[in-house]
Parts: sequence; C-alpha cells; structure tokens
Amino acid sequence: MTASLLRLRGLARKEIKQILRDPSAILIAFLMPIVLLVVNGFGISLDASEMKLAVVIEAPEENARGMLQAIDASPYLSVQRALSTHDGEAAMIDGRVRGMLVLRDDFAQRAGRPASWPAQAQLVMNATDPNTARILEGYVAGALQVWLAGQARERRLAPIGGIDLEYRDWFNPELRSADFIVPGIIAMVMTMTGTLLTALIVSREWERGTMESMLASPARMVELIAAKLGCYFALGMGSMGGAVTLAIALFGLPYRGSIGPLAAAASLFLIFALGLGLFISTLARNQFVASQLAFLTTMMPAMMLSGMLFDIAAMPRWLQFVTYAVPARYLVSTLQTLFLAGDVWAVVLPNLAGLGVAAVLAVSATLVVTRRRLD
Amino acid sequence: MIEPIVAIDALRHVFSGARGASSHVALDGLSATIRPGMITGLVGPDGAGKTTLLRLIAGLLRPTVGRITVLGHDMASDAASTHAAIGYMPQRFGLYEELSVVENLDLFADLHAMTSALRTERVLRLLRFTGLGPFKERLAGQLSGGMKQKLGLACALLSRPRLLLLDEPSVGVDPSSRRELWAIVSAMLEEGGADGMAVVWATAYLDEAARCGEVLLLHEGRLLAQGPPSAFVASLAGRVFRLSVPTGERRAVARRAAANPAVLDVVVTGDALRVVLREGRAIPTAQELGGETLDPVPPRFEDGFIARLAPPPRLSSPSPRGRGAGGGGAASQQNAITVSDLVRRFGTFTAVDHVSFTVRRGEIFGLLGPNGAGKSTIFRMLCGLLRPSSGEAHVAGADLLRAPAEARARIGYMAQRFSLYAELSVLENLRFFARVYGLGRAAQASAIDAALSSFDLRGTAASVAGELPLGMKQRLALAAALLHAPGILFLDEPTSGVDPLTRREFWARIGRLADAGVTILVTSHFMDEAEYCDRLGIVSQGRLAAVGTPADLRARVRTDALPDPTLEDAFIALVQAP
Repeated sequence: MTASLLRLRGLARKEIKQILRDPSAILIAFLMPIVLLVVNGFGISLDASEMKLAVVIEAPEENARGMLQAIDASPYLSVQRALSTHDGEAAMIDGRVRGMLVLRDDFAQRAGRPASWPAQAQLVMNATDPNTARILEGYVAGALQVWLAGQARERRLAPIGGIDLEYRDWFNPELRSADFIVPGIIAMVMTMTGTLLTALIVSREWERGTMESMLASPARMVELIAAKLGCYFALGMGSMGGAVTLAIALFGLPYRGSIGPLAAAASLFLIFALGLGLFISTLARNQFVASQLAFLTTMMPAMMLSGMLFDIAAMPRWLQFVTYAVPARYLVSTLQTLFLAGDVWAVVLPNLAGLGVAAVLAVSATLVVTRRRLD
Repeated sequence: MIEPIVAIDALRHVFSGARGASSHVALDGLSATIRPGMITGLVGPDGAGKTTLLRLIAGLLRPTVGRITVLGHDMASDAASTHAAIGYMPQRFGLYEELSVVENLDLFADLHAMTSALRTERVLRLLRFTGLGPFKERLAGQLSGGMKQKLGLACALLSRPRLLLLDEPSVGVDPSSRRELWAIVSAMLEEGGADGMAVVWATAYLDEAARCGEVLLLHEGRLLAQGPPSAFVASLAGRVFRLSVPTGERRAVARRAAANPAVLDVVVTGDALRVVLREGRAIPTAQELGGETLDPVPPRFEDGFIARLAPPPRLSSPSPRGRGAGGGGAASQQNAITVSDLVRRFGTFTAVDHVSFTVRRGEIFGLLGPNGAGKSTIFRMLCGLLRPSSGEAHVAGADLLRAPAEARARIGYMAQRFSLYAELSVLENLRFFARVYGLGRAAQASAIDAALSSFDLRGTAASVAGELPLGMKQRLALAAALLHAPGILFLDEPTSGVDPLTRREFWARIGRLADAGVTILVTSHFMDEAEYCDRLGIVSQGRLAAVGTPADLRARVRTDALPDPTLEDAFIALVQAP
C-alpha cells in the first residue's frame, strides 16, 4: 500500500469512529431531517380548506337559500349565517370568519332576470394575508358560478357568459401544498446537514488543536479534505435517503422520476454543501461563529430564495438574478420536478449543471483557503 | 561540529491586524540554531513569541522576513517534505478525544505510513514508557490532564522524528506528571544518541530552563540570549545570597532590602529572602539589609533572566488602599475566612471533599494544586458563585450559605485572564467597575483617582485596555478589583506566565496590601507563586492534603536523601502520602 493510501485509510477510519462515537453527528444527520420534515411538512400549509364565510341575506327567500347551500357545498368554504351586516362585521373583527358575503334584499329578484338588471352582492374579506384573501375570492366566485350555471340549466336558459372554462390542475391535481413544500424541505435539510455538520466538526478540530497537529503531520491537505468529504458524503447521502423515504411514506408524495437524476443532484449538492462547510470552518475556526455563518449562508437563502416557499417567477427581476447564486434553487427545482412531474430533462439537466458549478467552486475555494495553512 | 537540525536566520514575523487593528510584531531579528542530542528550551513569558516560533519551525506559518531551514529544507517553500521528520505537539494536545489511546497512536502511525512491524514495536514501547499501557482502550477525552499530555507526547514521538517540537507541554500539569514528561523525553533522546533527535521544549517555567541542554530566552519577540543554562548564571556567581529574617517580618525586610542600591532583586522564598546584588557592588551586611544572616547560594536561571532584563532601581510607591489599613496586632488574630467541612458534589463526583481551613486577617493564603484538583470549585464557593453541597463557609463575617450577596460585597476578585473590557480604555474600565460595585459619585471619583496614582496608570488612562502589555493589564485588573476597598482579595493564578519582573512587582503590591490588613486568598498550580504565600493548603483530588507555611511543608519532607527539598518536592511527597 502506498503511503498516501495508508494515510487516507487512517484518516477515514478516524472520521468514521468520530461519527459513530459522537452523538451530535448522528443527531444532525438523522434526527434533524425527521424533525424538520415533520414540523415544516405539517406546519407550513398553503392549502385553504373549510374557510369560514359569514353570509348576510337581507331578504330571506327561496332563491337565496339555494345559493347558500351551493356555497356551503364547496369543500373549501363553510358558511355561517349572520343576521345583519353588523353581526357579520363583528365576526370578522373577532376573526371568527375570513370574509362576509352580503346579498341585498332585491338579490333574488334581479338574479331571476339577469338580462334587465345585474344582481349585486358584496364580498368583504380579511386581507391581512392577501394570498388567503385571493384564494377565498376565487372560491366564492367559483361557487357562485356553479350555482348560476345550475340555475340556468333549471330554467333552460343559455348560460350568461359565453365561455365555459374548465380547470385541470396538472402535476398536483389535488392542489396539496405538501407535495410542493416537502421537496423544498428536503433541500433545506441537505443544506443544513451538509454545511452545518462539516462546519461544526472541522471548527472543533481547530478549537481542540487537532487540525494543527494534522497540518504538521505528513498528511497532505488534499488527503485531509478527501477523507473528511468522503465520510460526510456517505453520511449526508444516508440522511438524504432517509428524508426521501420519509417524504414518500409519511407525506404520501408521489415519485415520478427515476433514481439516477435524484442521486446525481443529491451528490452534487452535497459536495457543494460539504465544501462550503469546510470553507466556513477554515475561516471561522470556532464552533459558534461557524454555526452562525453556516446558518446565514445556507439555511436563510435556501428558505427564502430557492423557490421552496416563494415562487421565484413572482420575485422582482433583480432578485430573480440573485437566486441563480443560491445552489439550493437548482436542487429544489430538480426535486420538485422529479417528485411531481418525472424526468423532465429540459429542467433537470440545466439544474444539474448549476449544481456542478457550485460544487466545483466550493471545493476549490476550500482548497485555496486551507493551502495557506495557519497564516 | 555537529550539523544543526534547525537554522533560523534574521527571522521577523508580523501578524497583520484584522479589522483595521494595528499589526503586531510577534518576532523580530531572531537568528539561532537548534542542535540534535539535547533539549533546547524555548523559554519566555506568555506573549514572548514561543508558539509563533514553533509554528514557524513546523512550517505552519510563513515568516514575514528571514528564513528557517529544517534538515536543509526551507520551511517557507518546502515544508511538506520535512513534515515526516517532525513530531509536533501543539499546546492543546492535538488529540482526538473520541478516539482511544491506541486509536490515536494508530492514526499517527497511519499518517506517517509506518509498516505494521515497526508500528507494533513503537506503540508497545511508547505505551510502556508513558505508563499508558493499562489505559490503552480508554478514550483520550477521559484521560487526566497529565495522561493526555503523555499521550500527545507519545503521538509526536511515534515516528522517531528528527525534530520534536513541544509547545508548553508542562502547563497546567501536576508536578509529578511534569517530571515524568521530562524523563520520557530524556530517555527518547538517549535512545538516539548525540546525532539523534533535536528537541525544542517551549516553557514559561524558568526552573525547567535550568535542565535544558541549551536555552533560547525570548522576551517580547526578541531573542535575549542563546546558550547553555550555565552561561546565563555565570556572571552571577558570588552575587546571590540567602538572607534569613525574623519570623513574620519577611515582607517588611524585603522592602527594605530592595531599596538598597546594591540590590538587584529580592524574592521571598519560604521563611527567608533571596537577594541578588548588582554587578560590581560591595556585599552589604545582613544588618544593612535588615536581616539576621547572609549566606551565599548558587544562582538560579531566573536570576540570569532578571539580570538580563536589568531593571532600574525600584522606586517605592505609595501603599494601595485597603479597608484594614492601620490594623494592629489584635486584628491579625481574627479569622477573615473560616471554612469547615465544605463539600461540593457534581452528580456522583465529589469535587470538594470535606475541606476545612481558616485564613487570618492580613494573611496571604494559597491553595496549591494541579488543574482539576478542586481549587477552582473551592474558590467559586468562597466567592458565592456556587452553592456548597454541605458544610459552612464564613467570609468577612458573612455566612456564605445565608447571605452570599453580602459576603460578595466585601470581596475583591481578580480572575485568571483579568476580566477587563478590552475595547474600553483604562479609565472607562475603572469607571465601569466602580459603578458595578455601587460606589457613590464622589466615592467613585476619589477611588478612581487613588487607583490611577497608586497603580501608576495615570499616563495610560486613555489607552484601550486590550492593547496594554500584560503587566499593565494585570495592574489594571488589580486596581479594578480593589476599587471598593474590599477586606478580602481573591486571586486566581494571578502571575502564571508573566515575566519575572512583572511577577515581582505584582507580589510586592500584594505584600503591601496584606500588611495593610487585607486578607489575600490565592489559587495556583505554580510553585513560584506559592513561595509568596504566608501559608499554603495543598489540594489534591478534592481534599486538602496538607496545610502549613512553605517552610513547614518543606521541613515535613526533609530526609537525609533530600536535605534541601524544594516546594515542588514537598508537593509531590505530600500528595503521594496516604
């Protein structure tokens, strides 16, 4: 065995024993993904279901009651009768309902003869969260549309609007936000385990002076980095496998792609994350600063700018450009595509290229910084 | 002429300041050689540049100016090929705490690509040498400080390096482990013969320097001298004396003797004084110096260091404030600190085990013991920072268990690394501490004014504390601890690692405080500090192994084989006694 291989073997053995004997490594690699997935997967929900809506009908009569039933039949809405606009307002201020639908006393009359007078209704919404308000608006309008169409069929009238829109939600037909968020969380978990773990482990080596004795030994920098990256790569891939399994088993996500591109994206991203962790800990050499830096440089951008929570296309143009510098973006997009759509190479390949560039940059930056040793 | 292993030529190393801070010259104008077959002591106080020099020799830093060659290789460009021949032990052991003793050794064997036959032989040999054989399966993190140090040494020695670099291997280790470390290195050195290994042993302990084959004496980044230890003291022959003094007056006599123009240096050792005379001066009589008899003694390495620093004749400065000022003979009968049956447990581990002692008012009492013996735990309980599990402690008349805050108000505390705010100026630090101690506006002004003059800080009042030299920081920390004129002063290893001049100045102040009636409690693992104490308690494994004056403790272990034991000898013997 050559000297270099012997050294590499010794270093790798050391890393493995350290991982096995230090509970914090196992915790970060396996427990943290589970906690993050469960908390965020169930906690962050962009679905709107059973939204409470107060309905005020100023002149109760048959026609209005029918409409009320139609709205209540929608799975997204739950109707509560309010006796007056005053009552409805109070319910909105208390937060008991998200919105209030007011039907004037001549509503039924006018709705019966739409050609002469358009019927009028007022929808008041709690718009503190504009997204939810928009969704509510859509659901109410949709429910009204359904009811009107029903009315028209009943009276054998032609529908008022000329176009009959039919909706099909592709890739996520049930409109479940978990399907969209969980792949993003897997990316976040990989960022955390990859970068945080190495940043902590290596800065601990600096703190305890072991890095100094390694640097003064015949081991070369490339060997030190290779042993570290190799062992934590295996750990990170294990963590990734666990997270994907959990996503499918616990959240019932579909997986429509194949294993190859998933493995490629995960590997490239891990190399980037581990390299960044090494880079940070070499600069910081202190566990506390390293963990702060790891958090700020990986977790925050991964959450905000990767498209995991917020749609990149909806961001201002300059910010969209910034997201290209966040490697988590490529992983999130790849994972979402692989999970929900399948092997769409036109999306996956450019993302893999982005991840490859990030990995090369992170590892070479680490090599440059550590080559200079203690200065 | 044996070829030197290391040649250092006109070395200068500057650390460029981060965040716009001024750059710092760590080493300047240093030329030296390190030869095989002996231990070269790299001696100097903290901040002298020892660690920087070792890292430069190991090729971990690149010199700003100058050149270092190790075994013919320039370390700035060719460090990698030399590392196989270097064994380096950094200050914090450089061990993997999650790996066992054997696994650590195996790792270093792998790094040096040792063959399995050679590896087995070397590991066995080093385990035997270090006495770590019975503990070889134990995790390094669970070893005691002394054992960690030995394991670190074994790892550095494993590949039979031509150059062994040891960065303060004996710091914080108990005296018996310290001697064992020295014995291991000496034995390994003999194994190789005269053309074998070169050893660089960095240390702040001046007594270790005397045992080295050659010494590089560093002070503030400069090489004061290089040579065998005997050369350092050659010029002092006939200038060092032991002055016996009446009991209880040694500090007063020391002050009187120091004022004599013929005297270069005076230190308290046990019940006598050690006096070093200036070059070319007539020998004064014992009576002139205020003592009883004056006997010549052989010079020590420390005397050589002092002579090289050549301090100017000392001016007597006014006595610092203390609540007990003017206290008469009756006062010294009172006990300022009474500790009875003090116990502190952490889980199942008993850190302090039924410790009892008393300290009289105006006395300097030392708790002496290695790191981990329980000194700090006792100390924290006496400061009211930690509740005792059982037992009683009265400090300055206040019961620590019932009124810790009241007891704390009467205590001044100076932490090991001087708890100062590095970003504040000297004056701002003093103002802050005065406010923290709750002094009124007028009292603040007068206390700060008095502190500035009695601690010679007026000239540096506007300087930022973090940039002061070590000795000045120490003065400031002491001034801050005394602002509220406490009756009791707690000092935590106050002078470990400072140069001997600063140490003398510090203890002279402490002596004056004690004479003014302030009670002083010191913890230390440093024998030189212990010499300044009136009485000592030796702490070992949570128990008080012995209490007495330094002279008492020495007398207890005096045998025919050891007619003049040092305090370190006494320490080792008393700790080992059942």
